[in-house]
Amino acid sequence: MPSSIITSNSLLAIDVGAANTRAVLFDVIEGEYRFIASGIAPSTAEAPFKDVSEGARNAVANLQKILGKTLLDSSRNIITPTQSNGSGVDALVITLSAGPTVKTVVVGLLKDVSLDSARRLTETSYTRIIDSMSLSDQRKPDQQIDSLMRVRPELVVIAGGTDGGASRSIQKLLEPIGLASFLMPEEKRPTVLFAGNQKMEEEVKTLVGSLSTSLHFSPNIRPSLETEDIDPAERELARMIINIRKRQIKGVDLLDLWSGGHMLPTAYATGRMVRFLSKVYGSPKGILSVDMGASATVIAAAFRNKSTLKVLPQFSLGQNLVGLLNYTTLENILQWSSLDISNGVLLDYLHQKSLYPATIAATQEDLAISQAIAREALYLAMQTARKDFPQNIATIKPNLTPLFDPILAGGGALSDASRPGQCLLLLLDGIQPVGITTIILDQNNLLPLLGVAASQNNILPVQVLESGAFLSVGTVVSPVVSARYGTSILKAKLSYENGAEANIDLKFGSIETLPLANGETGKLTIQTLRGADVGFGPSRGGTIPVSGGALGVVFDGRGRPLDLPTDPVRRRELIKKWNWTLGGG
Amino acid sequence: MQAPVHHIIGLTTIVRERVLPISGNVTARIQQKVTPNDVVAETKWAREHVLLDVARLLNVSSNVAERLVKCQVNDELSANAEIAKGKGMFPKSVKTPRAGRVVAVGGGQVLMEVGETKIELRAGIPGTVIQILPNKGVVIQTAGGLIQGVWGNGRIDSGVLVNLADAPDTVLTPNRLDVSLRGSVILAGLVKDADTLEAAAELPARGLIIASIYPSLLQKAREMRYPILVTDGFGSLPMNSAAYKLLTTNAKREVTVHAEFYDRYTGARPEVIIPLPTSSEPPSPREVAEFSPAVQVRMRRPPFMGMVGSIVSLKSGLVTLSSGLRANAAEVKLENGETVIAPLVNLEVVG
Repeated sequence: MPSSIITSNSLLAIDVGAANTRAVLFDVIEGEYRFIASGIAPSTAEAPFKDVSEGARNAVANLQKILGKTLLDSSRNIITPTQSNGSGVDALVITLSAGPTVKTVVVGLLKDVSLDSARRLTETSYTRIIDSMSLSDQRKPDQQIDSLMRVRPELVVIAGGTDGGASRSIQKLLEPIGLASFLMPEEKRPTVLFAGNQKMEEEVKTLVGSLSTSLHFSPNIRPSLETEDIDPAERELARMIINIRKRQIKGVDLLDLWSGGHMLPTAYATGRMVRFLSKVYGSPKGILSVDMGASATVIAAAFRNKSTLKVLPQFSLGQNLVGLLNYTTLENILQWSSLDISNGVLLDYLHQKSLYPATIAATQEDLAISQAIAREALYLAMQTARKDFPQNIATIKPNLTPLFDPILAGGGALSDASRPGQCLLLLLDGIQPVGITTIILDQNNLLPLLGVAASQNNILPVQVLESGAFLSVGTVVSPVVSARYGTSILKAKLSYENGAEANIDLKFGSIETLPLANGETGKLTIQTLRGADVGFGPSRGGTIPVSGGALGVVFDGRGRPLDLPTDPVRRRELIKKWNWTLGGG
Repeated sequence: MQAPVHHIIGLTTIVRERVLPISGNVTARIQQKVTPNDVVAETKWAREHVLLDVARLLNVSSNVAERLVKCQVNDELSANAEIAKGKGMFPKSVKTPRAGRVVAVGGGQVLMEVGETKIELRAGIPGTVIQILPNKGVVIQTAGGLIQGVWGNGRIDSGVLVNLADAPDTVLTPNRLDVSLRGSVILAGLVKDADTLEAAAELPARGLIIASIYPSLLQKAREMRYPILVTDGFGSLPMNSAAYKLLTTNAKREVTVHAEFYDRYTGARPEVIIPLPTSSEPPSPREVAEFSPAVQVRMRRPPFMGMVGSIVSLKSGLVTLSSGLRANAAEVKLENGETVIAPLVNLEVVG
């Protein structure tokens, strides 16, 4: 890219998370954008600060120390644009995931049609669905009013009615919402998003317009029974969430002002970046991003012209940790542990950790527990997200994870893994990828920041991605096969650029690696046995170019779906062995 | 680095807001001296609503129904009161199914609030009302000891503190709860069974302060009508020495157990308040602190979880922990004389 195309220079990106706030500087080096450094500070959305701008300023102050460059003025405001003395930055973008989940009621006409679409839309942001209403709701209107008064939603998302279609039924559904809003104090009334029949705008304004904090309209997410189009409403919802946060948390309005009104929820910015990557790379496989944070686990996937974004606070690793037990059991979590840990110790851990989400594992046992929880949370998050992946996407078997390449991973849980091998095993266990994929670690949590930066500068994300700011763990080959433990399932030959070769005979139940350093490429020839499928078809092999990474080429011969031994001693021995093979200790 | 602060203070000025869940009338006056049981504000709240669709019931259009409705907003109606009557030789009428207040009339419908209950907000702590929050509640100031906890069951009450914790990890059992403890606040180490919680309820106790509780007992603890406050955490953690010392030395004093739910956004935390007579206003607790040498800290994660110590030095750069993770850390001298390295994020300042 010629440097002359780049008009703006430095860009400061701030991500305000539930536990930590990061400030990241991107700047032009030798004509191309590069990730320069990041500063981190504890987030300050919670008491005693109750002001997110404080944590943002602290993170920027820490970044200043690392850079030896002034970014804040004497009033601790960001200096923009860059001054003649070199201080300041040219542009600023901000993402936000801090804050309690937004209590949401979803409304739709038909349970499996518009209500389902409203749910999918709602799950693209940091919300918690506390009630839903549809024509099949057995409650009387006054019971619905009582329910709304009790749960006090902060957001109501309404879908239903094909464009120009039913309107009377929607009116019936809106009446209890309007009446409940009327009964609430003005400052407690919910924000309303109407994403249904576009012909009803005036009626909706009449029924709930004056009774909600703010009423928003987006294009119909279900313009016909067969069609769902969530994207435009997702954009509207993203900005609505920022506006709700402005009312909830001090400092959000100031940060939004700093960013010129372009602040985005972190998850939305991640989803945008994944869509962008899908378009840029045009891979026939999907692109997947997983982000395991303190406020939610975010799964963003893009498949050529379709994408899904799932924000799953129920599988977060922060203060909601105990809630994980609503979806799984202590035994299921402990099956991932490499150490012998009792149910009681795990239960105490879940409660204690939810008191102090920002604390880290200082002992081997604590680390084993936190990694086991992260695996189970990621596994459950993937299972949940998979239900809403589009039809007709590339798969090896429909009940398994679809084919993805690459898989990008970030978030606090992965920062808690001290070595790339630990991260990789966590991802292999939680995601259970199939076929051949590249796994990339977003160690500095740059993906959402690139997503929000793309709105101001579409060259920056591409150049930063190609600059090596992300850590490639390597290429992973995961055959889909069922066989007896120890049986050969795949033979592979890796031909290096210098003419050298390395071979592997992969046995069922094992993980193996072949070295291929970061930046190197090679040719991988695969021969499958016993009906194994790596994406070429059952028992079919092939030769593909592969790129290296921290762990080279990794072969996961444990089968899909992953079936861990039931004998706990043997299972723990195997987990230790797999960890050891990947250099995870 | 800024540090979270956990308050365990022998004497401080305590200022607390007491507010109604919905707007109402504040009955306390500014500068009024209050006891924990004094009502400072009150309101009425209806949990249920009744929507009467007059148009549908009388089988008329909503415009016609609107003209037939006899009641107005704010009318207090008894059960079976007629709110609309149709026309004709044998007119149908619409009557109220329950007594209540009309809150909305329009579009041929009448919405009523029913099942109204009175809510009384008590002072909760003894002290002086220093501010009135119109239609919401009051701000009360007192002086005394303050011990914050980590979990509470949402209740509040006051009574004389009785020490049954011979050691910071003494297990409380039902056979230690005799009738002499009726009306008192009980200090204990651990609770391991539901029978103990039930036995305390039967006395009845006015409060229970414990170091830790088994997670399996949390639901039972939430059901108890007396306040239960946990100082340290879950499982079998002994009480931290700072809280244990302060509470045991104040045995036989009147204390308030405000076992509020922990809310990290508002800063609400369960707490024990020990009102003490003072000649002058003691300093207020600090909300923010910095990690620095000599500062007293508490360990929030293993190893040595719950133990109190003081910072010897802050380590420069990142330190590799036994888990393999790297973090900013401090050298901490624990009360047992042992010196350990702990990541800063796992510490909180006590004071």
